[in-house]
Amino acid sequence: MYLNEKLSEEKVFKDPVHRYVHVRDKVIWDLIGTKEFQRLRRIKQLGTTYLTFHGAEHSRFNHSLGVYEIVRRIVDDVFAGRPDWDENERLLCLCAALLHDLGHGPFSHSFEKVFRLDHEQFTRAIILGDTEVNAVLRRVSLNFPKKVAEVIAKTYENKLVVSLISSQIDADRMDYLLRDAYYTGVSYGHFDMERILRVMRPREEQVVIKRSGMHAVEDYIMSRYQMYWQVYFHPVTRSAEVILTKILHRAKHLYLAGYTFQTPPVHFQSLFHGNVQLEDYLKLDEAVTLYYFQQWQDERDSILSDLCRRFMNRNLFKYVEFQPTNEEMKKLVELTTLFKKAGIDPDYYLVVDSSSDLPYDFYRPGEEEERLPIYLLMPNGELRELSRESTIVDAISGKRRTDHKLYFPQDFLDDLSTKRNVKKKIKQLLYE
Amino acid sequence: MLFEHAKIMKALAAVGEIVGRKKLQKMIYIAKKMKFPFYEKFDFHFYGPYSEELTLRIEELCNVGFLQEMKEKKGGYYQYRYALTEAGEQFLTHYHLDMPDLDVCLRSLNEQSARFLELVSTILYFEDLSKDEVKEKVFTLKSKQRYTEEEVEEAYRYIEQLREQAYIKS
Repeated sequence: MYLNEKLSEEKVFKDPVHRYVHVRDKVIWDLIGTKEFQRLRRIKQLGTTYLTFHGAEHSRFNHSLGVYEIVRRIVDDVFAGRPDWDENERLLCLCAALLHDLGHGPFSHSFEKVFRLDHEQFTRAIILGDTEVNAVLRRVSLNFPKKVAEVIAKTYENKLVVSLISSQIDADRMDYLLRDAYYTGVSYGHFDMERILRVMRPREEQVVIKRSGMHAVEDYIMSRYQMYWQVYFHPVTRSAEVILTKILHRAKHLYLAGYTFQTPPVHFQSLFHGNVQLEDYLKLDEAVTLYYFQQWQDERDSILSDLCRRFMNRNLFKYVEFQPTNEEMKKLVELTTLFKKAGIDPDYYLVVDSSSDLPYDFYRPGEEEERLPIYLLMPNGELRELSRESTIVDAISGKRRTDHKLYFPQDFLDDLSTKRNVKKKIKQLLYE
Repeated sequence: MLFEHAKIMKALAAVGEIVGRKKLQKMIYIAKKMKFPFYEKFDFHFYGPYSEELTLRIEELCNVGFLQEMKEKKGGYYQYRYALTEAGEQFLTHYHLDMPDLDVCLRSLNEQSARFLELVSTILYFEDLSKDEVKEKVFTLKSKQRYTEEEVEEAYRYIEQLREQAYIKS
C-alpha cells in the first residue's frame, strides 16, 4: 500500500540546522519531487531580510524540509507508543508539515497586503486542485488531500495533530527560529530543541510540556522575543518592505490607468484585476518579480523607476520614530502638505509602518480564550499555563512593546537644488 | 495612513464599549464577513476565527492612549473591557469615516454573547461547506462548547438577518 510504502534505502538531505533530514516514506519523497514543492526553492523564507542580513537567502524549501524533520522526530522518536497518540495519523502529520507553506508567493507579506491575498487559500488550492501534489496525496486515499488541507487550515478534528504544526510551540516556529538565526548569523534565536522534543507529551487536544522542561521552553520564548525585535522587526528590513509594497501599488495604479509599460507586467495582470488563478499564481516567484523590478528601473514613470532602483540597489528609505499621538498626527498632516509642495508624492514617499503590519506574533498566555497557550504537565498530572509558572515568560508576556516608524527618502530631502526652503522645513519637522 | 487603526476605533466608537477580547475579535470578523472593509487577516484557532494582526493593532492603540483597556477579575479568569478615550475621539477627527451601516451591524453584534458570536463566526468561517458539513464541524471542533441544534439554527437565522441588513442598506 502506498500509505505505508517505504523507500528501499533511506534518503537523507544534509541540513545546516538539523544536520540531516531523513526520508523513508515514498509519499514524502514523491511530494518533494513535485513542481509545486520545488517552486518553494525560489521563494525566500525571510522576504526582504537579506537586504539587512546578507546571509538570509534561505528559502521556504529549506524551512519546509526542516518542519517535516522536526515532526518526524516527534512522531517517530517521542510519541510512538504513547497513550493519546494515534499511529494512523503519522503520515498525515508528516505531509501537513512538509506542505504547510506551499501557497506562499514571492515576497509573500507585501503581495498579500497589496493584492488582498491569503497564502493559506493558495495552499489549500494547490493541495485540492489539479496539481502534482494532489495527484501524490490522492494515491494515499481519495480524502487524504482534504485531510492534509484541514490540518494546515487548523480545522482538522484531531487537535493534537494540528497543534504539532500550528500552536504556540510548534514545529513551524521551532524550525524558523533556529533556521533564521543560523542564516542571519545572529547570536540570539538559539534554544535546546532536542530537550524540548524530549519533554513533549501528546494529550487529547494538544502537545503539552513536562514541567521539568520548563527552562528549555523559557529559552525558546526568549529566543522568539529577541528574534522578533532584532531580526523580523528590523527597521531596515521594514524599509525594504515599504518600498516593495509601494512598487506593487504604483505598478497596479499605472496598469489600471492605462499606462504603456516598456516591460508590460504580464505576470501581474490577474493580480491587478483581482482575479488571480492558481495557474498564474504558481508561475510567480521571486526570480520573476525581481526581473520586472530590474526592467522597471528604466520605465518612463519616474516614481516606478525610482522605487525599483531603490529596491534593486538597496537605496532604502530612512526613518524616524513616530508615535501617532494627536500632536504627531498634526505634524503628519503638515508633512504631507509640505511633501506635495516639494514635488515628492507623499502617497509613495511618506509612509507610517506599524508593528501590527508585520506577520509575527508574541507568546500569548491565552487569557479570555484568544489562543491556546503552552501548558506544562505538572508531576501530579495537572496542566498549568506557562506564564503562571515561569516569571521570565510572565515578564515578557505582560504589557507588550509596539512601535511605529515614519519612512521617507532622505536623499530627496538632501537635494537642495530645488524647493530648498520647503525641504529644510520638512527636515526640521522630521528631526525636531 | 493608520487607516486600519482608525476603522477599529470607529467600531469602538459605534458601540461605546466592548466587553471581552474574544467578543471584540468575533465582532470584527463577522463584520468583515458581512463585507465591511476590515482587512485584518483571520485564521482558525482553537476558539474560532482569530486575528493576531487585530490583537496587535488593539495593543498599539492602547499603548498610544487612544483605547482604554480595563482588566477585571471575573471568577477564575480576567476579562478586558475596551472603550475609546478622548484622545482617541480626537484622533478619529483626522479621518472621514462615515459608515452608518457598520454602526447598525456592530451594535447588533455587541448585544449578543461571546459564546453565540463564537458560533456565528465559526459557521461563517465554514460557509463554503454544506449546512450538514458545517454542523459536523461545529459539533466536532467545538465539542466543549456543547452547542445545540437549536443554537446552530438560531445562528443561521441571525446571519441571514445580518446579511439582509447589510444588503438593504448597501
